[in-house]
Amino acid sequence: MDTRYQFIDTAALNREEISRPSQSYWQDAWRRLKKDRLAMFGMVTLAIITLLAIFGPMFCPYEYDGADFMAINQWPSQQHWFGTDALGRDLYVRILYGARISLSIGVVAAAINMVIGVLYGGIAGFAGGRVDSIMMRIVDIIISLPSLLYIILIMMIMGANVKSILVAQCISAWVGTARVTRAQVVSLKHSEYVMAAKLSGLSNWQILLSHLLPNSMGPIIVTVTFLIPTAIFNEAFLSFLGIGIQKPMASWGSLANDAIETLRSAPYQMVFPILAISLTMFSLNFVGDGLRDALDPRLKK
Amino acid sequence: MGRYIVRRVISGVVTLFVLLVVTFFLMHIVPGSPFAQHEDKMPAEIRAQVEAKYGLDKPLMEQFITYLGNTLRGDFGISFIKPSTNVNEILDLGFPISARVGAIVVVVSLFIGVGVGILSAIRRGSLLDSAVMVFATVGVSVPLFVISVLLLYLFAGVWNVLPTYGLTTWRHYILPVACLSFSPIAYIARLTRSSMLEVIEQDYIRTARAKGVKESMVILRHALRNAILPVVTYLGPLVASLLTGSFIVERLFAIPGMGRYYVESIGSRDYNVILGMTVFFGIFVVACNLLVDILYGIIDPRVKMDE
Repeated sequence: MDTRYQFIDTAALNREEISRPSQSYWQDAWRRLKKDRLAMFGMVTLAIITLLAIFGPMFCPYEYDGADFMAINQWPSQQHWFGTDALGRDLYVRILYGARISLSIGVVAAAINMVIGVLYGGIAGFAGGRVDSIMMRIVDIIISLPSLLYIILIMMIMGANVKSILVAQCISAWVGTARVTRAQVVSLKHSEYVMAAKLSGLSNWQILLSHLLPNSMGPIIVTVTFLIPTAIFNEAFLSFLGIGIQKPMASWGSLANDAIETLRSAPYQMVFPILAISLTMFSLNFVGDGLRDALDPRLKK
Repeated sequence: MGRYIVRRVISGVVTLFVLLVVTFFLMHIVPGSPFAQHEDKMPAEIRAQVEAKYGLDKPLMEQFITYLGNTLRGDFGISFIKPSTNVNEILDLGFPISARVGAIVVVVSLFIGVGVGILSAIRRGSLLDSAVMVFATVGVSVPLFVISVLLLYLFAGVWNVLPTYGLTTWRHYILPVACLSFSPIAYIARLTRSSMLEVIEQDYIRTARAKGVKESMVILRHALRNAILPVVTYLGPLVASLLTGSFIVERLFAIPGMGRYYVESIGSRDYNVILGMTVFFGIFVVACNLLVDILYGIIDPRVKMDE
């Protein structure tokens, strides 16, 4: 049976009156999303990881940079849930701090890219004509360049810190959002309500910001959800190469990088950061898939 | 067809030019000269001499034109840190090794990915299909370095059955190739499966079956030709991701390819080598994308009409 639509109890309706309780686009999407078990699992997991990242360190007796040379390379125990690293730092608290960095980089980078992409794609689609084709040619060029190399170059130039990771992520990741937004705007801009808005004297900017973009939000949100894991992945990649987050700070990527040297003697140092990354990636992808099915039912197979 | 190819080549050349300009000016945003980090150790006159030697005292436009000319001639510059090495030597040493691993990965992931994708599409809903979908999700979600570290630890650390250092025998290739092809296989399998499911519903497949073509022929001759199209478009991004993937895998498995040299140059902050290699990688990726586009036009004659 098709679960994309909700049955209406026709007995309770007044058949004379042709109406049914109205379901807004967002209510409908939420209803579909709630039925997607994997997406709900992903959302709960992400919520737990986020809460742990925010509040976890407060309930921990250790500091992320608190070296303890009496307790180096200790296996997980009651004192140190995830063990300690080569400097005796508690890995549990370091992974929680790493979660703060990795998650906030993911969310902030996705938000910046969303703003750039939505504005760029919105302007291109709404302007149309030559402006549109030039703007989209630029997007084509950016897409065909290997972006990770440029991210590395920018990291080299600006130095390894959170700010440059964010800047570097914003050079190319917005193009996907720009394409989706443009396609949406192009398909909507000839609809009757846009014409009505034009006739009632709204400026182009007002039409774009208050009519076209809000109505394009579904597919945009879907692409943005997939930007978050990409950003987290890129950060982990950079930190794993040693040009991301610098010591004594920690991100999941840099923790995994630190653990390579002790892989044979202390594999637990690798297991926990890897578990954290993988679990987060799974959850984000599940939520993304669920949102895609919920917000854009046409795509559902 | 001719016009389609010409248009693709032109856009490829424009992309290359943009790439060269962006890379050059990015490197010149670096405050000071590439020698700035040695400033304290280097007296001013010597520094001026060194800068004159590498042409860094000339105006920016002149430097850009020299650099453009050198790049077009295939000269990607010299190391400013180790003046005896130049980028071309590094590429000569590293490229064949990385390219061999990369080619094996492409072939392996195409065969396994497409094969598994077809199987799970024709046995839709079976146990195999569910297993493939789980694998596809894992392969797309788990970062390459996680997979590499896990395989390295299990096969070399715990079971000690495969070598992990260098590339001397065929057994040395197993782990690096497995790491690099893990997520491409997952991705290709997913692509093939979903496009196969779509194609199989079409009228011409029903016609083929109705006129009594063998089922294996229907799948391999009729359905696959259309179902493989999305996989062909994935080949371009695949090359780019193998490039960056080689940074991780070559470092972990001590393979003397380009990726490892690149990571080493990052470690020693050898800007000029990084710049030269970035330009080379960029040209390589753009060329691969161009080839894939042309290939796509040959396999699917409809694209030139869309243009």
